[in-house]
Amino acid sequence: MRYEAPTTTKEAVSLIAKAKGKSFVLAGGTDLLVKLKSGAVEPDLIVDIKRIEATQSIKKTANGFRIGAAVPGVAMGKSSALKKSWPGVVEAANLIGSDQIQGRCTIVGNLCNASPAADSVPALVAAGAKAVVVGPKGRRTVAVEKIPTGPGKTSLAKGEIIEAITLPKRPAKTGDAYLRFIPRSEMDIAVVSAGVCLTLNGKGKVTKARVVLGAVAPTVVVVPEAAAAIIGTSLDDEALAAMAHACEKACKPIDDMRGTIEFRTDVAGVLARRAAGIAYQRAGGK
Amino acid sequence: MSGVHVSTTVNGDDAEFVCHPGESLLDVLRDRLGLTGAKEGCGTGDCGACSVTLDGQLVCSCLVLGAEAEGRKITTVEGLADGDKLHPLQQQFIDKAALQCGICTPGFLVAAKALLDENPSPTEEEIRFALAGNLCRCTGYDKIVRAVDAAAKDVKKQKARVKAKRK
Repeated sequence: MRYEAPTTTKEAVSLIAKAKGKSFVLAGGTDLLVKLKSGAVEPDLIVDIKRIEATQSIKKTANGFRIGAAVPGVAMGKSSALKKSWPGVVEAANLIGSDQIQGRCTIVGNLCNASPAADSVPALVAAGAKAVVVGPKGRRTVAVEKIPTGPGKTSLAKGEIIEAITLPKRPAKTGDAYLRFIPRSEMDIAVVSAGVCLTLNGKGKVTKARVVLGAVAPTVVVVPEAAAAIIGTSLDDEALAAMAHACEKACKPIDDMRGTIEFRTDVAGVLARRAAGIAYQRAGGK
Repeated sequence: MSGVHVSTTVNGDDAEFVCHPGESLLDVLRDRLGLTGAKEGCGTGDCGACSVTLDGQLVCSCLVLGAEAEGRKITTVEGLADGDKLHPLQQQFIDKAALQCGICTPGFLVAAKALLDENPSPTEEEIRFALAGNLCRCTGYDKIVRAVDAAAKDVKKQKARVKAKRK
């Protein structure tokens, strides 16, 4: 096994592209080191991307925000500008693990680990986040929901790494929220989760909506039918019931020790309703 | 397997070691540098017994590679006391009997120190949330929370004394 800590993304890409055998990107390491220890992965090369300047900071840009791939959860929680613009995204990222884990874990790692229950992913997708992918053939920007393709699998080609996540500038009268269900108060993996982002008009009616579910299918699920059910409404009970119903229909969960299919399906609708309520208030609705 | 040569700072002192690329910082601290304060509980970042700070940031040293320590500053529980004088957290853990078997204690001390550095007057709820990454199977946590609360007050008094002396 080799350990490399390059200082540019280009160098990191070239190391991985040229590597024989299995190579893994190391950002926070909170997933990779666990897998390494258990023998679930046996890397020939580990490329630590934390020494690359482009991965290290949260930047406010003309188009919104750029969050480097090595930025830990704790740094997102300390960015008041990011929290003010996208509170749902920051809350979702900060739900992951303990303070010890927050000091290391990254949203890019959360995305690339490709767990269906990844907390930050539904929130990022609801907010319209994009991944800046760098590979041997150059750069591309791709919607976050296009990255995971199944549990533990991504659409990234060999040699491609994610350098950063971008979030748009928050449009006027827009709010986001993320909620998850776990059987205790913290330090657990989402049984079901929901991220919602809403934009309102001057009369408090929803003009745009993104409703996204986590842990109810092999990948994060965008539910346009749920968004359609609340567009044009002020989130009255009827609209919320229709949205929850659309969420339930979009669920294809598994039965496991953490939740049954029936429970996950039902709770998905409940969480989407509650998250929509919070997003509505954050967007300035009453 | 080729070794990685690492120069780092541990508890304020320069340290150098050669480790395997996949070796954890916890194993380096314990087996190569002889600092056995940090303990291995779970080895998967769940129990916090291996807590140290890396450039001031609280982390589980079992989830950090030794190779990542190059040029960083590490603080372990061994760096808490000032010579023979225990840190107020250590003293309060003794006074309030906030430990039984003691395996989790170094991790709790390091995590509590990180909390007090960030938030000198935490509420009970804040203490409990901040220490949620540290598991203790003996005490039931209550004595630990009380010890951290008392130590927070001691640290504040200590700082006030130092300030008064300077005047």
